[in-house]
Amino acid sequence: MAPMKLYGAVLSWNVTRCATALEEAGSDYEIVPINFATAEHKSPEHLVRNPFGQVPALQDGDLYVFESRAICKYAARKNKPELLREGNLEESAMVDVWMEVEANQYTSVLNPILFQVLISPMLGGTTDQKVVDENLEKLKKVLEVYEARLTKSKYLAGDFLSLADLNHVSVTLCLLATPYASVLDAYPHVKAWWSSLMERPSVQKVAAMMKPSA
Amino acid sequence: MAPMKVYGWAVSPWMARALVCLEEAGVEYEIVPMSRCGGDHRRPEHLARNPFGEIPVLEDGDLTLYQSRAIARYVLRKYKPELVKEGDLEGSAMVDVWMEVEAHNIEATLWPIIRHCIIGQYVGRDRDQAVIDENLEKLRRLLPVYEARLSVCKYLAGDDITAADLCHFGFMRYFMATEYAGVVDAFPHVKAWWDALLARPSVQKVMAGMPPDFGYASGNIP
Repeated sequence: MAPMKLYGAVLSWNVTRCATALEEAGSDYEIVPINFATAEHKSPEHLVRNPFGQVPALQDGDLYVFESRAICKYAARKNKPELLREGNLEESAMVDVWMEVEANQYTSVLNPILFQVLISPMLGGTTDQKVVDENLEKLKKVLEVYEARLTKSKYLAGDFLSLADLNHVSVTLCLLATPYASVLDAYPHVKAWWSSLMERPSVQKVAAMMKPSA
Repeated sequence: MAPMKVYGWAVSPWMARALVCLEEAGVEYEIVPMSRCGGDHRRPEHLARNPFGEIPVLEDGDLTLYQSRAIARYVLRKYKPELVKEGDLEGSAMVDVWMEVEAHNIEATLWPIIRHCIIGQYVGRDRDQAVIDENLEKLRRLLPVYEARLSVCKYLAGDDITAADLCHFGFMRYFMATEYAGVVDAFPHVKAWWDALLARPSVQKVMAGMPPDFGYASGNIP
């Protein structure tokens, strides 16, 4: 059985969101870089994998899956379904709630911060500090909710690790690469949750992938 | 078994996402109406249900859920698991893909257009045609992909309707009530897919609670 192929660059936190899930699920996969400079993402070959011409995309045999969170779920369902708890109505519902929260509350405010601080300068642009500051304030409000949640349970969906926790890893690793990592310090249960995630071999592997080469 | 409760205002496209799945599931439920202009969603009793202060919220016995797509998945998994293709590895992946596409592309693109074309006039916001045009451009780039997909299968995740199709309903409902419906109508398979959704009793029932102006003109301000 050929390994699954994850198309995209490890610079992208959408790609490394998938890598985190694939690693934790113990999936057999390899990362295949896509060259944006040559518009490879718009090539006919890539449009077969992702008709919107974006990354990441996953190939598993004849199947193509795109959208990072759909890829993450596919990896979990295939290789480690306990990360989704789909046999249990209540637990799987909590996993779904916190996967939606990750996308719509957490990453939605982190994305503009990460773009302004990490990506814009790389593209020859400047950092719009107003955007950063506005979103940091929103992030703090979100972290208050996370703090309250993680005071009641060890992980987001309950006392079990789930894909909901793992989907936070890639953007949080990127946050640590900005000057704003200390925003987490005011939230001790969030910090403890993050520390326990950082101890996982899967997360350490993804963190190593994301480090720029020396 | 006590009926499920859904908290929120029925005109909300997010609420509609949950309601259409409840209707499809055929489950007994009641809407607990809340007032957006009255700030009900920010009151302590609501924050106890959803600490992010948003709607819809679903109560099913002791279980309280929020985030419309999580509610949709729970209700369908419980009563109509075929609508999330449970147990089908490839099928469920396709449901997830097109739910994600809707979340990141359709909702994000249609909502600004809806706000400016429909809501703005009632809340004292000047219509920003540049925002509308920018999002119409994005939509015009997305729709050919939908057209290609719906040319090879009847619904987004395959030949059967799934949560992926249903989750598009709320935002599409209002977009198609703007002067820009023609942008979608220009794509025959997308138009046929939309018409098929509109024909469903579940969709008709939920739509009855969603006047095209969100209720503003009739004084039923959400």
